[in-house]
Amino acid sequence: MSDPSTEPVLRAVGLCKKYGTGDGLVRAVDGVDLDVATGETVAVMGPSGCGKSTLLHLLGGLDRPSAGEAWLAGRRIDRLGERALARMRRTGVGFVFQAFHLMKELTVVENVELPALLDGRSPRTARTRAAELLDRVGLADRARFLPSALSGGQRQRVAVARALSNEPLVVLADEPTGNLDSAATADVLRLFEDLHESGQTLVIVTHDERIAATADRLISMRDGAFVDETRLTGGTTGNLGALAGLDG
Amino acid sequence: MRWPDWTADLMGRLLFVTRLAARDLRRRPAEAALLLLAIVAATATLTLGLLIHGVASDPYQNTRHATAGPDVVASAAPPSVAGEPFAEPAGRPADRAALEVLAGLPEVAAHSGPFPAAAATLDAGGQRVDVQAIGRDVAVAEVDQPRVTDGTWVADGEVVVEAALADALGVRVGDQVTVNGQAFGIAGIAVTAATPPYPIASACIVPCLFGDPPPGVEPPDGMLRDPGLIWLTTADARGVAESADALSYVTYLKLTNPADAQAFADTHMLDSLGAPLLVPWQQIVDQVTHLERNTERTLITGAWLLAALALASIAVLVGGRMADQIRRVGLLKAVGGTPALVATVLLAEYVGVALIASAAGLTAGWLAAPLLTDPTAGLIGGGVEPAMTVPIVASVTAVALAVAVVATCVPAVRAARMSTVSALADAARLPRRSARLIAVSSRLPASLLVASRIAARRPRRVVLGVVSMTVTASGIVAALAANAQLNAQRGGAAVDLQSDRLGRVLLVLTVMLIILAAVNTIFVTWATVLDVRHTSALLRALGVTPRQVSVGLSAAQVFPAAAGATLGIPGGLALYVAVDPDETLVPPLWQLLAVVPATVLVVAVFTAIPARIGAARPVAPTLRAERA
Repeated sequence: MSDPSTEPVLRAVGLCKKYGTGDGLVRAVDGVDLDVATGETVAVMGPSGCGKSTLLHLLGGLDRPSAGEAWLAGRRIDRLGERALARMRRTGVGFVFQAFHLMKELTVVENVELPALLDGRSPRTARTRAAELLDRVGLADRARFLPSALSGGQRQRVAVARALSNEPLVVLADEPTGNLDSAATADVLRLFEDLHESGQTLVIVTHDERIAATADRLISMRDGAFVDETRLTGGTTGNLGALAGLDG
Repeated sequence: MRWPDWTADLMGRLLFVTRLAARDLRRRPAEAALLLLAIVAATATLTLGLLIHGVASDPYQNTRHATAGPDVVASAAPPSVAGEPFAEPAGRPADRAALEVLAGLPEVAAHSGPFPAAAATLDAGGQRVDVQAIGRDVAVAEVDQPRVTDGTWVADGEVVVEAALADALGVRVGDQVTVNGQAFGIAGIAVTAATPPYPIASACIVPCLFGDPPPGVEPPDGMLRDPGLIWLTTADARGVAESADALSYVTYLKLTNPADAQAFADTHMLDSLGAPLLVPWQQIVDQVTHLERNTERTLITGAWLLAALALASIAVLVGGRMADQIRRVGLLKAVGGTPALVATVLLAEYVGVALIASAAGLTAGWLAAPLLTDPTAGLIGGGVEPAMTVPIVASVTAVALAVAVVATCVPAVRAARMSTVSALADAARLPRRSARLIAVSSRLPASLLVASRIAARRPRRVVLGVVSMTVTASGIVAALAANAQLNAQRGGAAVDLQSDRLGRVLLVLTVMLIILAAVNTIFVTWATVLDVRHTSALLRALGVTPRQVSVGLSAAQVFPAAAGATLGIPGGLALYVAVDPDETLVPPLWQLLAVVPATVLVVAVFTAIPARIGAARPVAPTLRAERA
């Protein structure tokens, strides 16, 4: 079990994202305040279209807020230029997407080593790290497969391994089980539990209560704003999969 | 009146296809305009090449008919030491008697001369050129009576200037000139078929040299270089000559059978010291039409190169647009469109553009043709208009349609055969995988890693890029070689209007090749940007900067372009030799060496904007769109 520190690694202050103008104005994210401590797992839940994914993109520097502030490791990121944002994403953030977003023409190991190569690591170092991560997610024997030869759950585990390639400060997961069946969801759930236990900071956007149950903190979101926040008991026990009825 | 059912059905389908094609073209006006430009360039050039075919020799034939042009020009110059062409004169007079013997041969039906000819220098309006000054009778000659186009024929104290020389010097009737320092007035301007118009190389009646001397040979001081032609009275010609022994003589022969002129020359031209030089009329035609033939061949070759580039443009454009049209194909099929209808809709767009472009190209070529076919001032025939014939219209239209159909049929058939479900799901073609390239690129910096992997995804597009640039560079290198040849041919001539004209043709073709190659480069880059938009967004999510993506997208085009330019150097030289086997002059080395870096620079510039646009696309919406 990890011990979240009091210093937030990820912080949002009055974060807003608006689209359109006048009658067509949409407040996708509307004045969100959030602190995520190192090693903490935060789940954000809400119905489709409530702004969960947009919030995650703002926190990860994939999108720019209309107002408010976003901070990562004590550095304000919402004002960074594109180049600085890219560098921040390279080592500070790991993304896991609902649609996996693996490169179809690259094998599993090539996908996983890609962020390390883009960070300028040597091919040998990148490959070694990728092999370790694939072993960790239980896909060492699938290293030379193309993504098309994997199941959905396996693809998402590859995506998680890729997100960890550069040992990011925080992993941002956008509906990581949204495209998966129950069995695959259980696999991914266990993987997130492992990450949580190892002290990896996680922010998971989901509308799946089962995966939300693995978090230290559960935030409910509606119409772009946080409407409720619950600190979960036993969220770090590693047994929430059983509680959610996904074991076996 | 009611239409038969089958007619109504056909009309309905035609209307449907036309409406879909027109709307799709209207949705992308820039692409349609670029496509139009590509095909117009090719068809206009082809039209020009076909139009000038044949009209080049007409003015010479007109002139020959109007001036009682000779079948053979026989001339005798004072013999040089040991008979060497570029040696000092031996000090003996020309063999005039040998010319009289030739005139008496049974194959000769008529003749004029021998006329004296002097080597001279003409000063006119501050310009100085060498001339062959031929002494002529005031009376009309039976063979080779130059046609005076302005002023009058020779008179004592007055000269007549060959029309192309007068045009080049800008002199007119009434102007004063000096010939070997003696003052003369210009009595007239005239044309002749006995020699090609200035400054085309012709036979030397007096000792002279056209172009550069052979390697290692130093012509004697005072030998005429690239001379023009003037006529004086025989007395004045003798008067301007250095001495009586320095005079040459020329006789113009009409044969009983003009077609035998070459055989006559071969039979009677003796390889002996001071023997007369015989020039058959066919050789003069060759000299007159040499540049015209080169212009024609240059245009036809250029047209094929441009057509190849247009083909590449359409192929890239259609391939790129197919990625956007897959769902549309699915919708068409879902509402009952047959595979044939789907293929027809796709073909109709490009066939329509090709038809419009061929009409525009035919018009442009027809309007521009007089600029290239307007004969030199030295020949009669300004009224010869290039004729637009049915075969020319059919050929040009067929080429335009072929380009459109060949480039479109593969994607059209592929779309027609695609399953409706796959098309509705917008299942794009899977990118290619090259394990070796992926391994090698792992060692490269991020931008080059991105570039090589982007390029490897679509090898056919890379091949198209290489071929496109090979065609362009080949055309440019061939143009450079032709230009080097033209510069050598200009020699010391004061003005060379025909060479200037061919030079302009080469310049225009080169510019068109570069424009079409630029269009292709932009098409390829944009197609790549669209194709890899998801990959670019993902790479940026993984921490690649927009600049690295932009450089990667540019570099993915620059590498094939550099390869194509490199291949284009030998390709262009081979093309040049194939087009004109007689000419083997190689462009200066620095020009050849500059082709590749210049290509890389130009391609980098042209890809920069689409690449930057592609790299600056917002990441989150692109990734969200992929999920949708």
